[in-house]
Amino acid sequence: MSKKMHIKLKVNGKDEEFLAEPRELLIYTLRERLNITGPHIGCETSHCGACTVTINGKSVKSCTMFAAQADGAEVTTIEGIGGPDDLHPLQTAFKEHHGLQCGYCTPGMITRATKLLEENPNPTEEEIRFGMAGNICRCTGYQNIIKSIQAAAAEMNAAKEAAE
Amino acid sequence: MIPAAFEYYRPKDMAGVLSILEEHGDDARVMAGGHSLIPMMKLRMADVPHLIDLQDVGGMSDIEIGSDSLRIGAMVTQSQIIEHAELAQVAPILREAALQIADPQVRYMGTVGGNVANGDPGNDMPGLMQCLDASFTVVGPDGERDIAARDFYEAAYMTAREDEEVLTAVTVPLPKGGYAYEKQKRKIGDYATAAAAVQIVKEGGACASASIAMTNLSDTPVYSEAAGAALVGTSVDDAALKAAVSAMLEDIDPADDNRGPVAFKNHVAGVILRRAIERAWSRA
Repeated sequence: MSKKMHIKLKVNGKDEEFLAEPRELLIYTLRERLNITGPHIGCETSHCGACTVTINGKSVKSCTMFAAQADGAEVTTIEGIGGPDDLHPLQTAFKEHHGLQCGYCTPGMITRATKLLEENPNPTEEEIRFGMAGNICRCTGYQNIIKSIQAAAAEMNAAKEAAE
Repeated sequence: MIPAAFEYYRPKDMAGVLSILEEHGDDARVMAGGHSLIPMMKLRMADVPHLIDLQDVGGMSDIEIGSDSLRIGAMVTQSQIIEHAELAQVAPILREAALQIADPQVRYMGTVGGNVANGDPGNDMPGLMQCLDASFTVVGPDGERDIAARDFYEAAYMTAREDEEVLTAVTVPLPKGGYAYEKQKRKIGDYATAAAAVQIVKEGGACASASIAMTNLSDTPVYSEAAGAALVGTSVDDAALKAAVSAMLEDIDPADDNRGPVAFKNHVAGVILRRAIERAWSRA
């Protein structure tokens, strides 16, 4: 067994400090150590995107990063995007447009979509399909996910205009 | 899936990296984005007792465009390649290829250096760099040396880089003429069934020069000098395309696997190369 490391993370705005083996994958840190169970374990081989979180402004599959690599980083999970009492426009749109069925992929989908809309606030259908290609859904056939993201984009753009 | 235990290092400079490599030899591996190495460690196909994370070393994340060549630091990510407007002007084939690698999340992490140094025949950048006649800078205990991409790959995961050396940059002569990176894959995130990188120069309606390399059709990338030569002096008509494809098929050596039997791979390689040449020629 290798020496444990002292790791510091900021997760959803909260400072976390712990000792972990270097081989601890970030998804296990989040789910089992910090009890942040929004990010899911799907394929565990960096294909499905269910474990997607935002790390220092990038969408990352947290099954393919060691907690040690993220030492010092800021991590945002679905829990930091919105909750039952303050849904993010993407969460509302997924609910209203049937962007999920079983919901397993949804935390990763929405976390990824927040970055997509930050980078491209008004994406075409093709841009959404390309930008969401790292997230797999086995229920919806994707059509309603695209509608949800388009609806959220429209809502967010309208809110931004109203604020200006 | 949890990898076997290892010691983790995050040195602040290259001297620190090299001293760990010298101490542990082939028990140590450097890691850039980790999106090839970590899955291999999880599958226990790679045993890395000493893992050296390069993220704090610095000096390897820049794209520098000069008058006759460009230099890409080893830690430049695929997403940086895609977003770099000037790079897209001077070497658009890099962006075209990067857009076909993996998916957005993986492209934020996956680096050019990792892609070329790993030596996986499925990686796209090695074939592309052979097409572009790039060279790789490696640094080791005896200093720096440059290795031509066309001389770098020896077998799957076996390269001309020594165990105690680190690949730090890729230098690419500014490409000329039309370009195409064409890739056939089963799904997003899969490696190519076949991929072709083509760079072609047209002068007075004829092909003046052509460079062709193929991906995932042998245990190394395949630079097919003969395929390029088959186009030179022609108007890239059907006969020339057929000659180039025939020459390429002589140079590749695909293996039967879950992407299909050898006959299928040869067929796909031919289709993909033809498409790549036609698209490159239309842009020349």
